Amino acid sequence: MNIRLYVLQRITALIMAPLTLGHIAVMIYAVQDGLSASEILGRTQGSIIWFLFYGTFVVAVSIHAAIGVRVIVSETFKFVGFTLDAFAWFVLLAMLFMGGRAVLAVTLL
Amino acid sequence: MSTKQEDIDVSVWRGDPHSGNYENFKVPAQESQTILDVISWIQQNQDATLSYRFACRVGMCGSCAMMVNGIPRWTCRTHLNKVLNGNKLVVAPLRNLPVIKDLVTDMDPFFDKWIAAEGLHHPSKTRLDPIEEIEPKSIGRVEIDTGIECINCSICYAACDTVTNNSDYLGPAALQRAWTVYNDVKDADKQTVLDAVSGDGGCLNCHSQGSCSVHCPNDLNPMNAIAGLKRATVASLFSRKG
Ligand code: SF4
Ligand code: SF4
Ligand code: FES
Repeated sequence: MNIRLYVLQRITALIMAPLTLGHIAVMIYAVQDGLSASEILGRTQGSIIWFLFYGTFVVAVSIHAAIGVRVIVSETFKFVGFTLDAFAWFVLLAMLFMGGRAVLAVTLL
Repeated sequence: MSTKQEDIDVSVWRGDPHSGNYENFKVPAQESQTILDVISWIQQNQDATLSYRFACRVGMCGSCAMMVNGIPRWTCRTHLNKVLNGNKLVVAPLRNLPVIKDLVTDMDPFFDKWIAAEGLHHPSKTRLDPIEEIEPKSIGRVEIDTGIECINCSICYAACDTVTNNSDYLGPAALQRAWTVYNDVKDADKQTVLDAVSGDGGCLNCHSQGSCSVHCPNDLNPMNAIAGLKRATVASLFSRKG
């Protein structure tokens, strides 16, 4: 773990914390009118605010998790050097892709 | 004096750097018996070839640490009745260090990492200068006090899973020493200390789960020292860029 990764992981944690709280707060508020897919999509689709909200979360969580998984595979499976970095980049890109697809589906498409 | 002489079943790890296994002994229980007493009794009465290490027998020198029923402990200050599992005792060489023979480990990696962590004094004065006065209540000195009583026993090093999983990791004791040096106003080279502890095997690898602090026989808190190093490392990153 070098200092850049360490700081990046802390900063992304700082970003995720309020977004998670916001997500839970809105969920509790929204569920009061009953919860259905169409009701959620009605609120989120076409909303640039929710796109940015969940988009930011996906970026932060992808970076955060990729660094965390990098530590785990280095300690558990002794990955080093290029293999380790390639694995971390793969986790990052896979999470960005999956998360990004979900956010697009729920907010913009 | 013991009232009744019960025997304890003691398994002791015997071997060399390449192989080994546990050997069983029956040792008469005594009142106020320490683990070191048990091992010494075996060596004196049953097998003179058993190798183990100790010096002070009073918790000062840090040379007698072993795994006792799976937990790293100072054997001269650990009473048998505190750790006996039923009637059984298992004694093994300290974890995370290479074995030389039987219960004796090679402590070189542990001490080498103290040097690698720059846990050494970087003088700011010559012998001709007057001795600088340090206010005992000053912040740095108070912080140093929390880590200074380390006896280099390597128990925290044996307790640390990050050391197990990452052989480059400097480990709790070396990092704690670096933290005391970093807080010393008489030390002239704090940036060298920070550079040494923030590299690939440095403080940022610590998972902060605190096995080191739980098992330190002197009740020191290396985890806390490492948290201090992490803060100082991050702060220096931003101050250097800014
Ligand atoms: S807190 Fe850090 S140094 Fe202490 S045992 Fe855990 S990983 Fe090792
Ligand atoms: S910090 Fe505690 S456990 Fe670690 S070497 Fe020093 S005295 Fe031993
Ligand atoms: S023999 Fe010195 S600390 Fe145990």
